[in-house]
Amino acid sequence: MTQQGVRWSADQVLALAPDAASRKAGSKLGAAGPWSEAGSSDEGTVWGLCKGSGSKPYQTVVDIADASGPAYKCTCPSRKFPCKHALGLLLLWAGEDSAVAPGSPPPDWAEQWTEGRRQRSEEKRTAGSADSPSGSADPEAARRRAERRAERITAGATELEQRLADLLRGGLAGSEQTGYALWEETAARMIDAQAPGLASRVRELGVIPSSGPGWPVRLLEECALLHLLDQAWLRGERLPESLAATVRSRIGLPSSADGPPVRDRWLILAQYDTADARLTTRRIWLYGADTDRTALLLSYGAAGRAPELALPVGLTLDAEVAAYPGTGQPRVALGEQFTPPAPASIRPPGVTTTQAAARYGEALRDDPWLDSVPITLDRVVPTPASDGWQLVDADTDTALPLTPTARTRPGLWRLIALSGGTPVKVFGECGHRGFTPLTAWAEGTEEAVTLC
Amino acid sequence: MSSTSGPAAEPVPVTVPTSVAESVPAAESGPANPSAPNLWEELVTAALLGTDRRTPPVHGPGHGHAPGHRHQAPVVLLDAAAVETVRRRAGLRPAQAASRPEPAPQDPRPALPAAAARRLALLLADRPGTGGGGRRGTAPDLMELLPQWLAAANARGFGAPPQVLPALLDAARGRTDLRPAALTFAGSRAVWLARLNQDWRFALRATPGGGAALPRPDDVEGTRRLWQEGLFAERVALLSALRAREPAAARELLTTTWPTERAEDRLMFLDSLRSGLGPQDEPFLEEALADRSRNVRATAAELLSALPDSALAGRMAVRAGACVAVDPMRETPTVVVEAPHECDASMERDGVVAKAPAGRGERSWWFGQLAEAAPLATWPARLGGRTPQELVALPVADDWQGDLHAAWCRAAVRQRNAEWARALLGTPSAPEAGGPGAVSLAERAKLLGTLSAAERSAWVAGFIATHGLSEAFQLLGVCTVPWSGPLGRAVVDALDIARDAGSYPWSFSGVMGLAERCLDPEQANRLEGLTSIPEEAEDASPGAGGYWAEAFQRLVTTLRLRAKMTEELGTPLSPSGV
Repeated sequence: MTQQGVRWSADQVLALAPDAASRKAGSKLGAAGPWSEAGSSDEGTVWGLCKGSGSKPYQTVVDIADASGPAYKCTCPSRKFPCKHALGLLLLWAGEDSAVAPGSPPPDWAEQWTEGRRQRSEEKRTAGSADSPSGSADPEAARRRAERRAERITAGATELEQRLADLLRGGLAGSEQTGYALWEETAARMIDAQAPGLASRVRELGVIPSSGPGWPVRLLEECALLHLLDQAWLRGERLPESLAATVRSRIGLPSSADGPPVRDRWLILAQYDTADARLTTRRIWLYGADTDRTALLLSYGAAGRAPELALPVGLTLDAEVAAYPGTGQPRVALGEQFTPPAPASIRPPGVTTTQAAARYGEALRDDPWLDSVPITLDRVVPTPASDGWQLVDADTDTALPLTPTARTRPGLWRLIALSGGTPVKVFGECGHRGFTPLTAWAEGTEEAVTLC
Repeated sequence: MSSTSGPAAEPVPVTVPTSVAESVPAAESGPANPSAPNLWEELVTAALLGTDRRTPPVHGPGHGHAPGHRHQAPVVLLDAAAVETVRRRAGLRPAQAASRPEPAPQDPRPALPAAAARRLALLLADRPGTGGGGRRGTAPDLMELLPQWLAAANARGFGAPPQVLPALLDAARGRTDLRPAALTFAGSRAVWLARLNQDWRFALRATPGGGAALPRPDDVEGTRRLWQEGLFAERVALLSALRAREPAAARELLTTTWPTERAEDRLMFLDSLRSGLGPQDEPFLEEALADRSRNVRATAAELLSALPDSALAGRMAVRAGACVAVDPMRETPTVVVEAPHECDASMERDGVVAKAPAGRGERSWWFGQLAEAAPLATWPARLGGRTPQELVALPVADDWQGDLHAAWCRAAVRQRNAEWARALLGTPSAPEAGGPGAVSLAERAKLLGTLSAAERSAWVAGFIATHGLSEAFQLLGVCTVPWSGPLGRAVVDALDIARDAGSYPWSFSGVMGLAERCLDPEQANRLEGLTSIPEEAEDASPGAGGYWAEAFQRLVTTLRLRAKMTEELGTPLSPSGV
C-alpha cells in the first residue's frame, strides 16, 4: 500500500482540530520554520521535531493509516487532542512542503510508537474476537440487570405520561410562564429512570415555549410524539421486533452494532459536532458507492472535548461497517478499515425536492420520531425567498426551505457563493423543519465543499 | 408514502400556522378523514386551553375510554395529536419556488493551483477573533500576509474559488486596507453576493458602478442616460471610468449638467478630475473659481495650481514672488520674506483662505498659501538663477525659514517635482536629517513619494544606516515591496545593532512587522545566523537575547513562508511587486 498522492487538504486537517484556538495555533505551525527532521513513511506515518519554547524540541508523530482515524503522539504537555503540533505537522505534510520528506525511514522514537500501537490494536482485535462471549460472563446476572432497568424505565414512562396528561388538562397556554425549571426537573426524573432518550426529549420540550411564533403547534407535536414513545415502550411486546428495536434506541437503551459487516468504498459526506452542557456528539455521514446506501457514524466526547473519531470530508475509504438494529436506522459502527482515506471521484446520486420530501415521509413509516433523513439533492439553486432561503429545483418550480439553524450558519453563504445562481448538488438532512445543507459540489468540479 | 397520509395530487398553499416551514400536508385529499385540517386546528386549540376547558374533538378509538370522560380526555387528545403529527409530517410536500436569482456572471479567470488554494484557506482561517492571542512567539502572523498573497494572486490573474468568498469578504469588511485587492481577487461574483447580504454592502460601494455594468465606451446614448438618471455613486463611477479613458469627454459630460448639480456633488465630481488633469481643463476650472460653494472654489484653485502654466499659477507666481527676495546687501546672500499685508478679493477668488486658523498669524498664513500655489519654476528665475539645492541652502532672515521651506515641500508634493523634493530632502546622512528640522518626518515621507522607487529606497537605506530605526517606520512605509537589496541590508544591520545594544525587540516591533512583510525572501539565509541565542552581555536587558532570537526566527519563518506562497502561485503574468 502506498501513500503517494493520498495527501489531505488543509481543510480536512483543520477539521480534526478540537477547537478554534487549536485551529489557529495549528495553522501557524503549518510552516517549515519550527520543524526539523520531518518525514513520512509509505505506511502512513508522519513525524517531525517541532521547536517550542524549551530547549528540547517536541517529538510529534501521527499515524494516518489507523483504522479508527488518525492517531497522534506528541511530547508536548498540551491536553488538547490532537495538539497544535500534530495539526501543524499534518498541515505541513498536506501542503506538500518539501520539509516533510516522503518515503523515508522513520526515526527510532517514531518507529517505536507506531510499532507499539499496531501491536496493541492487533492484540485487541484477536482478543476482541475471542473474548466476546466471555464479555457477558454471567448471562443470568445481565438478564436481571436488564430487567431491573426495564422496570425503572416503565415506571419513568408511566410517570411521564401522567405529567403530559396533567399538562394537557391544564392547557399548554400556561407553559410560557412556567418556564424551563419544571422540564429540567422532569428530565432529571427520567435520568433517574435510566431513560436518557426520554430525558433529552423532555429537555427539548422546555425550550419550545420560548422558540418564537407558532410554538403551541410545535409543543403539541413534540408532546404527542413523546406520548407516542411512552406508549410504544409500555406496549413494546406487541410491536414487531425491528420497530421495538427502534423504540429501545429512542428511549436511550444501549445497543450494539450486530448487523453483518458491509464492506464498501465509503465516501465521507459530512462531519459535524453538536454540543450540550454534558456531551459533544459528532455525526459523520458516509455514502457507500457499491451498496448505494447512506450511513451514520456517531462518536462522543466529554463536554468541551472533541470526539476521537475524525474523518476528512470528501475522501473515500475502503472499510467495513456494521449496522445497529432497527429498520431504516442509518447508524453504523466503523469496523476494519482497509485503506486510509483517499481521494476518489465518487459522488452520491441526487434526487429532486419532491422525491426528497417523499423519502422523509416513507422513512417515518419505520421511525415516526425521525426529525430528518439524509438526502442528496441534484441540481438545486439556493434562492432567497420572502422568509429565508430555499433550495429550488433547477428544472421545476418546487423548492425545499432551509431550516432555521441552516439559515444562521456561515455555511449558508459558502453554499450561495459556490452556486452563484447556478445548480449545485447538495447533501444534507431533510425533515419537517426543512433542509439543512451539509456538503455541496459545484457542477463540473470534483471538490466537496463543507457547509457545516 | 406512509399509510397515514393520503396520496395528494398537487402542492397545497400554506393554510395553517405550522412549524413545518413553508410546506403543508396535502390533507384535503385524504378521503378517510375529510375534516383533517380543521381537526388539527381544533386539537391545537384544545391543547392550548386545556381539556378541562375544552373537550378534544375526537373519540378515543381503540383505547376503550368513553368520549368526554374527563380523566381520559388528555390521553385521547395526545393519541389524536400523535397520529395527526406523523400524518402531517409524512404528507409534507415541497414548497412553491421563489423566483431564482439571476446567475452570477462567469469568471473567466483561471482557477488557483491546488496548493495556493490551500494556502489561501489557511491565511483566511487565521482571522482575528478565532482564538489564541497573547505573545506572538516564533510563528508567522498569517493575516498580515494576506495582502501580499492577494497582490500576488491578482498579478497572476487568478480568480477566487467561490466558496472562500464569504471569508474573504468578512476579512475585507474588517480591514479597509484589504478591500481593493480583496475585491479585485473576489471578482464579479463577490458583487453578486454582496447584493444578497447587508454585511458586504461595502463591496457595492467600492466597486465602480455599484456592480451595475457601465455603458460601453461607444454607447453615447447609454452614457448620457446614466449620467442624467443614475444614482450618485453610479454617476461618480461613470465619470471616473470615462476620465480614465478620455479626459476631455469626461469634462464635457460634467459641463452639460454642472450648473444644476448640488454643491456637495459638484465637489465630488470636481475631485474626479484630479486624475488625467491637463491644460485643457483650465477654462473649466477657471470658471469654477467663481462657484457659489467655497469648497468647490478651493478645490478648483488647488487643481489649477497643480498646472504650472495656468493663469492662476501665473498670478500666484507674481504674488508669491513679490514676497520673497535675496538681500544682496548682506555679507552672505540671505532670503528675506515680506509676507502680504492683506488678503484681497482677487486672492480669495484664487482660493486663498482669508481666515487663519487659531494660533497662526494672518500674514504667514496667507504667505504660506501663496508660496505653496506658485509654480516651483518661479523661484530660480526670481532668486538669481540659483538651483533648488542652492536655494534650500540659503539662510532665511527673521525666522521665515520654516514657513518658506514648508510651503516649498507642499508645492513639490503637489506638483510632483522630484528635483525640488531631492533638494528639500537633502542627503540622508546629514545630521539634521535625523532630528526635527524644517521638514517633518511626515513631509519627508510625502516628498519621497515623488521620487523613483530605486531613489526612494536608496535614500531610506542611507537614512537608516546613519540614524538607526527609531525614526524610520514612516519612511519605510513608502518604499516599494520587496525592499531593495541595500535597503533590506540596512534594516537587518540596524536590527542587529539594536540587539547588540541590549534593548528588547518589542521596542522595534513596528519595523520588525514591516520587515516580515517587506524584506526580500532571499534575505532569509543571511538572517539564519541571527536566530541563535547569544551569550548574555553584562549590560544587556535580562533575557533580551532569547526574545531577539525568537523575533529573528519568526522573521526567517515568515520570509520562507512568503517565498513558498509566491512559488505556489507560479510565475506572474507580468513583473509583480511581491
